[in-house]
Amino acid sequence: MTPRVRIALAVTLVVLVALPAIGIALPGVFEGALNAPGTLNLLGLCFVFGALALTYDLVFGYVGLLSFGHALYFATGVYVTAIALMRWHWSLPAALALTAVVSLVLPLILGAVCLRMRDIPFAMVTLAFAQAGSILVMQNPFGLTGGEEGLALGGGAIPASLIGVANTRNLYWIALVLLLVVYAIAWLAVNSPAGRVWQAIRENERRVSVLGLNPYLYKLGAFVLSAFLASATGVVYLLLQGGANPQVTTADFTLALLVMVVLGGVGTLWGAVLGGVVYEYLDFRLVSLANTSTVQSLPGVLRVPLSEPLFLLGVLFIVLVLFVPGGLGGLLRRRTAS
Amino acid sequence: MTTFALLLITGLGLGALYFLIAAGLSLIWGLMRVLNFAHGAFFTVAAYAGWWASGLASGAPPGVQWLVAVVVAIVVGGLFATLTEVVLVRPLYARHVGQVLVTVGLALATISLVQGGFGSDPKTLQLPGWMTSTTTIVGANIPNTRLLVIVIAALVFGLLLFFLRRTRFGLIVRAGVENRAMVQALGIDVQRAFTLVFAIGGMAAGLAGMLAGTYYGTIDPGRGTSMLIFAFIVVIIGGLGSVTGSALAAVVVGVMQQFLNFYGAAGVGDFSVVLLLAVVLLVRPGGFSGASG
Repeated sequence: MTPRVRIALAVTLVVLVALPAIGIALPGVFEGALNAPGTLNLLGLCFVFGALALTYDLVFGYVGLLSFGHALYFATGVYVTAIALMRWHWSLPAALALTAVVSLVLPLILGAVCLRMRDIPFAMVTLAFAQAGSILVMQNPFGLTGGEEGLALGGGAIPASLIGVANTRNLYWIALVLLLVVYAIAWLAVNSPAGRVWQAIRENERRVSVLGLNPYLYKLGAFVLSAFLASATGVVYLLLQGGANPQVTTADFTLALLVMVVLGGVGTLWGAVLGGVVYEYLDFRLVSLANTSTVQSLPGVLRVPLSEPLFLLGVLFIVLVLFVPGGLGGLLRRRTAS
Repeated sequence: MTTFALLLITGLGLGALYFLIAAGLSLIWGLMRVLNFAHGAFFTVAAYAGWWASGLASGAPPGVQWLVAVVVAIVVGGLFATLTEVVLVRPLYARHVGQVLVTVGLALATISLVQGGFGSDPKTLQLPGWMTSTTTIVGANIPNTRLLVIVIAALVFGLLLFFLRRTRFGLIVRAGVENRAMVQALGIDVQRAFTLVFAIGGMAAGLAGMLAGTYYGTIDPGRGTSMLIFAFIVVIIGGLGSVTGSALAAVVVGVMQQFLNFYGAAGVGDFSVVLLLAVVLLVRPGGFSGASG
C-alpha cells in the first residue's frame, strides 16, 4: 500500500466518522443533506451490506466454496435476535448471547453436512438448506417469526438511544464499527496460516490433502467463521431497519450477495466491500430514478426495464461476468497499475 | 382411501412438473457441469408467452387455445435456452463458476422484467371444460389436470429415454456425461451436443411452465424460482446426470411433499424434502443412481 493510498484511506475514515456533523447537501447523490437521517440510514445499510459481502467473499473468494445459502446465516442474526427480544422479552445482552451461540452451532451442523459435497452439488445443497430456513420463517411456527409480515422491534425492547429518527447517527456509527471490525477479522483470518491453506484449497484441493492437511476441517472452519460474521451483520441490520423482514431469508437475497461480490471483485477484501456498498446504493437509488418524470414519460418498452432495479443490476452483472471478470476492484487496480 | 388416492395422484402430478424441470437440469449438469439457474426463467418466460398466445387465439375454442399456448411455450422455452447457451454460456466454457453466475444474472434480470411488464398478480388461464372437471378414481374426485400432467410427463420421459438410448445424438450425450474429454478426443463435436441439451432442457422447462399454469390454473412470475429449488433437490437426490434417477426422485419428492403437507402442519412437507436431501447425502452422496459424487 503506497503512502498516498494510506493517507487517502485515513482521510476517508475521518470523514466517515465525522459525517453526522457535516451538513452539506450533495444533490443527485443523496436526497437530503449528508447528516440527514435518511442519508445516514442509507449509508449505514451500505456499510452493513459491505460487511456482509465481505463475509461471503471469505468462503466464495478465498476458499472457492460457491455457497448459495449465505442468506440463512444473515437471517439467523436478524431473526434469533428479534425473536428473543420481542417474543421472549429478553434483555439485549441475553438476546445477543443466544444469537452468538446459535450462529456458531447452526453453520457447524449444516456445514458439516454440506461440505460432504464439492463444487456445484455443494452449491445446490446449501441452497436447499437456506430454502428450508426461508420456508420455516414464512410458515410462522408458534407465531414466532411473524410470517410474511415480519417482526418489528419496539416497545422498549432495545435501549432508547438506538430508536428514533434523531438517533440514526448512533446506528450509523454502529454500522461503521461493524464494517471495520469485520474487515479487521477477515484480514487477520486470510493472512493467518489457516487463511493461506484456504487459498491453497481454492487453487488445488487435492494438492492440499496430498501435503497432509485435511481440507474438510479448514473448509468447515472458514464456513463457520464466515457464517458467524454474517449473523453479526444481521444483528446490526435488524437495528438499522427496526425489524425483521422475510426477504432476507430468500434465495434471491443470496443471489444478490453473489452479485455484490462479483460486482466488487472476487477474492479481494476491499473489492467485496466496494461491491456491497455500490450494490445497496444502486438498488436504493435506482428506485428513485424509476420514479423521476423523465423515466415515467418514456414509452413502455424503455420505461418498464428502467423501473426494475433488479433488471438493471442483473444486466450489469452479466456484462461484468462476461467482460470484466475482476469486477470493479479489478478495473480500479488496472487503472492504478497503468 | 379417497384422501389417499387424491393425495397420491396430486403428488404424482407435482412430481411430474418437477421431473420436467429436473430432467433438463440434470442433463445439462451431467454433460456441461453447468448449474443452470436460468431454468426458472425459461419456465416463466415460456409460460407467459403461452398465456399471451392463448389470448391472441381468443376466438378459437378453449381446447385449441390451450394447445396453441402449449406449443408456443415449448418453442419459446427451446429458443430462449438455445440463445442463452450460444450467447451467454458458450463464451465462458473454461469457467464453470462464470457460467453459473451468468445464468444467475439472467434469471434475476428476466424474472424482474416479467414482473415489471405483466405485474406480480397471477394471470388466469383459459382451460377447456373437461380440464376443469374431475374423474372419479376409487371414490376420489381427481381433477383432470393432475392426470393430464402425469400422462404428458410420462410421455416426455419415454421420448427422452428413446432419444438417449436409440439415437446417435443420445449416444453422444450419454458418452459425454460419462467422460467428456474422451468423447472430444474421439473427434466428436461435443459443442453441438451442448446446444442440443440446452434446447431440450429449455423445451421441457417451457412445457413445465405451461403445465404448471394448467395444474394451478394461474401463472405468476415467482413460481419458476420456487419450483427450480425443488427441482435442484430432485436432481441431487436422483443422482446428477441421470434422467431415470430424476424421474424416480421427482415422484418420491412430489408424493412425500403432498402427504406431509396434508397430514402434518402446512410447510412440513416442503421442510422434510430438504431433510430427505440431507439424509440421502449422508447415506449415498451420489444420489439414487450413484452416477457421480
